[in-house]
Amino acid sequence: MQSNPQLNANGELRHLLSIEGLPREVLLGILDTAASFVGVTEREVKKVPILRGKSVFNLFFEPSTRTRTTFEIAAKRLSADVINLNIAASSQTKGESLLDTVANLSAMQADVFVVRHASSGAPFLIAQHVKAHEHVINAGDGRHAHPTQGLLDLYTIRHYKRDFSRLTVAVVGDVLHSRVARSLIHGLTTLSTPEVRVIGPKTLLPTGVESLGVRVFHDMREGLRGADVVVMLRLQSERMRGALLPSAQEFFKHYGLTAEKLALARPDAIVMHPGPMNRGVEIDSSVADGPHSVILPQVTFGIAVRMAVMSMVAGTS
Amino acid sequence: MKILIRNGRVVDPASGRDAVGDVAIADGRICESLAGEPERVIDARGLVVAPGLIDLSARLREPGFEYKATLESEMDAAVAGGVTSLACPPDTDPPLDEPGLVDMLRRRAKALSRARVYPVGALTVQLAGERLTEMAELAEAGCVAFSQANAPLSDTQVLWRALQYAATFGFPVWLRAEDYCLARGGVAHDGEVATRLGLPGIPAFAETIALGALLELVRASGARLHVCRLSSAGAVQLMRAAKAEGLPVSCDVGAHYVHLSDMDLGYFDSHCRLTPPLRSQRDREALSAGLADGTIDCMCSDHTPVDEDQKQLPFSEAEPGATGLELLLPLALKWGALRNLPLAKTMARITSDPARILGVQSGRLAPGAPADVVVFDPQASVRIGAGMLRSQGKNTPFLGYELEGRVRYTLVAGKPVYESA
Repeated sequence: MQSNPQLNANGELRHLLSIEGLPREVLLGILDTAASFVGVTEREVKKVPILRGKSVFNLFFEPSTRTRTTFEIAAKRLSADVINLNIAASSQTKGESLLDTVANLSAMQADVFVVRHASSGAPFLIAQHVKAHEHVINAGDGRHAHPTQGLLDLYTIRHYKRDFSRLTVAVVGDVLHSRVARSLIHGLTTLSTPEVRVIGPKTLLPTGVESLGVRVFHDMREGLRGADVVVMLRLQSERMRGALLPSAQEFFKHYGLTAEKLALARPDAIVMHPGPMNRGVEIDSSVADGPHSVILPQVTFGIAVRMAVMSMVAGTS
Repeated sequence: MKILIRNGRVVDPASGRDAVGDVAIADGRICESLAGEPERVIDARGLVVAPGLIDLSARLREPGFEYKATLESEMDAAVAGGVTSLACPPDTDPPLDEPGLVDMLRRRAKALSRARVYPVGALTVQLAGERLTEMAELAEAGCVAFSQANAPLSDTQVLWRALQYAATFGFPVWLRAEDYCLARGGVAHDGEVATRLGLPGIPAFAETIALGALLELVRASGARLHVCRLSSAGAVQLMRAAKAEGLPVSCDVGAHYVHLSDMDLGYFDSHCRLTPPLRSQRDREALSAGLADGTIDCMCSDHTPVDEDQKQLPFSEAEPGATGLELLLPLALKWGALRNLPLAKTMARITSDPARILGVQSGRLAPGAPADVVVFDPQASVRIGAGMLRSQGKNTPFLGYELEGRVRYTLVAGKPVYESA
């Protein structure tokens, strides 16, 4: 097998493709760097010159508003030039291959590619073909990984709970299709979280999910008991029809987070969600907007985390 | 032409012969001894002399996919790999569902005078799984069996009728066992690796469910069934039971599947995107053991040249398949060495056993048999690289590997068709 394609010979972050395989020190390094950028985002002048003169290409082969915007804000706060490309609507439909698209952009002097793609592994393919000074950041690939989301989740948990070593974290819902869940689970296990649980019906949990180091629950009440952190996953509407689930109503009844179910978790439990939320499908509004919810702080931390990742892969200082 | 291959280690799995000696060839056939002087003497000291390899699945990509490979390039690859006979599946464009196409392919192959080509005809028109082809006509044109290649035949009623019809004439049917609905959308073995990589999975029971149905239809129709490309431990078990029951069935495994597992996908290596998918290490071990104990009759290359553009894609978008004609011998030798098998037994799986399934006289070195012979150096190692492969397809998970077994001479019908220094 190839060596870890994300790290350079000195073990430093060259690309960010997946949380899986990142050493604990690198993960903590990113979180520490992010902490230093939280201050920047709260200043009146929200810019630092770390990526001045560099070009960040937002390469989105799959539509996204939120993730693309937060990457754009993060890059601009690092003083980079940002170019947004929605490839879904342009060259791919003209038959240009993924690698040709990247090669063309590379010829325009790119420094960082932020890539979102519907196929698992696409950022790995790109990372294998970019020039030595170019960097790839995975902004979500298929069901595989969404490492910056996983990092901002870790950052949020660390912010509120400080220490991972005594936490119980419950991840609820559509784990099967979730790149967010996979990234977070790898991060939590790398940081020695003693209990990571996944909760969902059998149709929404992938085969052999236990091998990721999680405990499986099909009963949400049982799974939430004693949890310090509850992470709700987005359920896409196309999953609610057909063979995976009979209806949104039935899903909500068994796996939707309500105040009543949340009461089974620890009194100081936090509730997270990667967004965008389906209120009344996976989460009740009273919980989403309630005192346990840290869903909006997640978004704020997300910018600092993305600044940290970009500065670490491509920064000069 | 009279040829004498001298002082080689002669390995003939059909007779069990494994001894240093000579092989004499006259008029395209193996003979006891030569009357008169040989026109050519091949010194095989330190080399193995064996029947030429018989590969039950090699895609030549003609007609229709000449940009992936041509008959010339792939026939060169075959003899460079010591393959003297090959069966080609019907998934060309158009598929081999008309006698004219089969006839043309055979003529083209014959004109190149390299390996023998045995076309496998389409079982259904356009491989669409709806209407039966004119099997008797196709057989007359030279088809040795009928198959859907990798195209699904999801309508069990059509499958049943196809098997009945083929059984009427005694035509063998070669099918891959895969439940179309369970496999739909999947690109990797449904297991821990696919879960980790976020790849849609094909469960092992997609194979065993389909195989169970096929075996039941064999019982009902009496058709002779050859199951292609087993991939799971469960399927090996089912085949073992079916053979014990006395059903007229045989099966093969692709050379890759006894060496690789889904762990080899690594970081989304699209060279490991194969049909069927590489499964778990437990499945790999069961396939390897099943091939050794004879539950699986033979090993084939499942040669599938894919152009580079179609492999330089994200894993799930990449075209499945691997080049294999030139790797079949080294991969078989590696398998035999790992399992500690006598060379004759290893060679049987790529010579006399596939010959039996194909129903041909080659695959053995007995006097009177067609003089299809390979002479190879079992110790010489070959570094697998794009440059050394004659096939137009350079797509193999073994790129960069050192594999033992270098072909020195290949003879078809008593004529040298490949020689290397």
